[in-house]
Amino acid sequence: MCFNFALNIGLKNMNTSLLFAVLLCLTLISYWIGIKRSLKVAGGSEHRKDLTCLPEQFGLLTALVCGLPAVITLLIFNSAEQVVIEQLLTSTLTTNIQALSSIDLGLYLNNIRSLASSETSQALLLVINTSSDITTQNQYQAALTLQSLNQQATWLKTALVLVVAVVSVTLLVRKFSLTYKARQKSERIVRGLLVASSGVAILTTFGIVISVLFESIHFFNSVPVADFMFGTQWSPQTAMRSDQVGSSGSFGAIPLFAGTMLITFIAMLLAVPVGLMIAIYLSQYASSKLRAFAKPMLEVLAGIPTVVYGFFAALTVAPIIRNMGESLGLSVASESALAAGLVMGTMIIPFVSSLSEDAISAVPNTLKEASLGMGATRSETVVKVLLPAALPGIVGAILLAVSRAIGETMIVVMAAGMAANLTANPLDSVTTVTVQIVTLLTGDQEFDSPKTLAAFALGLMLFITTLGLNILALKVVQKYREQYD
Amino acid sequence: MTNPLTSTTPVKKSAASMTNTSLSTTHSTTEKVTLSLKKRHQKEKVFKRIGLFAVLFGFMLVVILISDIGSKALPAFHQHWVKLDINYQTNWLKIDNASEQNLKTANYRTVLKKSIYQMFSSESGAKLSRKDKSQLFKLFSTNAEFTIKDYLIESPKYFNTQASVWVRLDDDVDSYLKEEFAPGDAGLRMSKQQAQWIATLSNEDRIESRFNFSFFTASDSREPELAGIRGALTGTLLTMFVTLLLSFPLGVAGALYLEEFAPKNRWTDFIEININNLAAVPSIIFGLLGLAIIINLFGLPRSAPLVGGIVLTLMTLPTIIIASRAAIKAVPPSLREAALGVGASKMQVTFSHVLPQAMPGIITGGIIGVAQALGETAPLLMIGMVAFIVDVPTSIVDSATVLPVQIFLWADSPERAFLAKTSAAILVLLALLLVINVSATLLRTKFEKKQART
Repeated sequence: MCFNFALNIGLKNMNTSLLFAVLLCLTLISYWIGIKRSLKVAGGSEHRKDLTCLPEQFGLLTALVCGLPAVITLLIFNSAEQVVIEQLLTSTLTTNIQALSSIDLGLYLNNIRSLASSETSQALLLVINTSSDITTQNQYQAALTLQSLNQQATWLKTALVLVVAVVSVTLLVRKFSLTYKARQKSERIVRGLLVASSGVAILTTFGIVISVLFESIHFFNSVPVADFMFGTQWSPQTAMRSDQVGSSGSFGAIPLFAGTMLITFIAMLLAVPVGLMIAIYLSQYASSKLRAFAKPMLEVLAGIPTVVYGFFAALTVAPIIRNMGESLGLSVASESALAAGLVMGTMIIPFVSSLSEDAISAVPNTLKEASLGMGATRSETVVKVLLPAALPGIVGAILLAVSRAIGETMIVVMAAGMAANLTANPLDSVTTVTVQIVTLLTGDQEFDSPKTLAAFALGLMLFITTLGLNILALKVVQKYREQYD
Repeated sequence: MTNPLTSTTPVKKSAASMTNTSLSTTHSTTEKVTLSLKKRHQKEKVFKRIGLFAVLFGFMLVVILISDIGSKALPAFHQHWVKLDINYQTNWLKIDNASEQNLKTANYRTVLKKSIYQMFSSESGAKLSRKDKSQLFKLFSTNAEFTIKDYLIESPKYFNTQASVWVRLDDDVDSYLKEEFAPGDAGLRMSKQQAQWIATLSNEDRIESRFNFSFFTASDSREPELAGIRGALTGTLLTMFVTLLLSFPLGVAGALYLEEFAPKNRWTDFIEININNLAAVPSIIFGLLGLAIIINLFGLPRSAPLVGGIVLTLMTLPTIIIASRAAIKAVPPSLREAALGVGASKMQVTFSHVLPQAMPGIITGGIIGVAQALGETAPLLMIGMVAFIVDVPTSIVDSATVLPVQIFLWADSPERAFLAKTSAAILVLLALLLVINVSATLLRTKFEKKQART
């Protein structure tokens, strides 16, 4: 179903991209038209100084006025196209099909869509003429209608977009005069574009909040908030039939939060001391040669995609830990929290070290020199002067690292388990919030089942937690800046 | 500390407190310090060593990670082929002449099976049991029947005669041969009998190891010996194309507005806070956004590079904006003032003077953003780019997968041979990232040199 739908849009998109290419050409041509027209108004290129603005500025304005309205028309048309065509198609169907429930109608329409996109119109006509079954005939007839509707829509779209482009250019060009302020107008348009681009960030945040919040509210309508926040049983598998055993599914998220904390804690246990010592050594002891070598080397760790760490954790580290544990007589789960945590720690080391190094080097040199001048050794200076002074920055770094570890997905998806165990034993298998989001949302499922919605509720928790940690880290660092600036 | 003459006491105090030892009070302060010096220097040495150890530990992790994956990946780059005597008999092919149409529809599976049975039963002299037959057939790739089909179509002169055709071995046999068991010994997923057949074949010089070209030219497959990364690579390229096309202009425009035009007010502050927070939002949340808004609300197709590109754009936008802003901020104000002074408009100053000067930094930022997007997996799982896709995608709305997701899928596969494939795909991904980063550095130095000249 999905695939057919994609195919359908794919065919349309070919037209859209062709149209885009045509528009691009038109825009370039109108740049040239703008220049020519302005020169004509001035009375030839030898009189170009009579114009208030440069001919190129006239050209730029013409190009903008040609391209922008046309592109906006195209986007609006594309977003409305599907709905309108569907309405038109439904109105041509027989009444007993129109009377179907919305789900059945959707299925029927999908069948028609796939027919329309996979068969040629000749093939459809052939079936209509040869088939004796009236339902088949109707279906193929509808597919034929859809094809013609689609074609009409494409023609209409092409015509509309081109007309918009041509008309807006013609209207503009007529207004050209010697004192026409082409530059100011084009600059205003460009400025508007810049403002719009900077607004994308706000739209993104807004979109995130909307998407997780609305689905979460849906979810909390069927599962009480308290059950979700404080329940200790997580088994989102809802039964297919309501009379089956354990049909309700239970959504207590405590085991997930505990699992996330456990893995994050293990990761921090590795990343914070190592990262901090690396930062101290590189900023206080290392020669410039070693620093020049070490920094890019550690950046490699930061640049490796997380899926690679996940692979490493699942196929190299986890078996080693299990073998070691078994040789010591311990029972180790094959997907232990320890393996995921250690590898996650490895990933975070460069993050901690570079942020702490920034914090340490931001401490005024006078403090360090005063301490050294009084006879303190370097290590004493670091431990008793630099670290306390850089503490807010380091705490900020650690908070950001924690937020990163909580939100990390691929390592835990690949190396941590699926079973929601409530345990503090690092050798056991635990699951995390991100693992459950991925498990609940990959694969085919109804969008409105509590199982799917639970993923959005978890996403909301994740978003709130990481946002809180980031704001806290920012606050801590800002406070520290006030101290020395 | 204001008067240097009176500052001796605090110095002694702090020095004494730093030693952190309880010396007897009979010693003078100087003696105390001297006595504790050895211990303090010892501590200093230990501290320094711990630091060095941490740095070396970091290096070690890099080396282990790369070498582990590299060593696992090596087997995936070559693959064993076997030369079979294929007997293209008419009654096995079930066709009577070698017309083109016939050759396409002939029954090659029977030809393959019978030819194999013939080869082995003549050696042992005895007839093969049914179990033997099925075991024997399992030694060869499922693709073998298509290989012999293509061979016959290419050279129809072998119709109704015998020909030596090279076909792929099954992935289990391939792994067995790469693991260097003694010839004829049973291995993982290889029975003693199968191992002996393989030993016979290799004694007759029928087995050959070749470079695995199909790893780069084939798409995903359920059979490890046939699976390749071309589909995933194409998907990655398409997705990155969309990401670059959207994120770079948007990011630079946003940064230019915030640095050059935005008035200092609460709205601007709000945008800035937003950008900083978005940079730290977990990537999986962007996947949820893509699923709920872009797919379910706007109705764009699932699994398409277009949606993947949009999601990755939103994810990398903060990185690009922050880097671009830093680069724009670094352009000296004197340049702007000079341009304004000779009568350029604000827009002209920005686009003809500030932007070119800031370009090296902006490009570096953009490339860092793209590198981040290239390795990203989690949000793409959310928008359905995780499906098993055999076709190579041709447009940005086809169903596709990307390299990191392919790695994730292969890592989950139970077949042993996929382990090597996964590592090899990782190596390709890392190589891509390396190329991108190196080109970023090169571009920047080139730009900087050019600017130094002008």
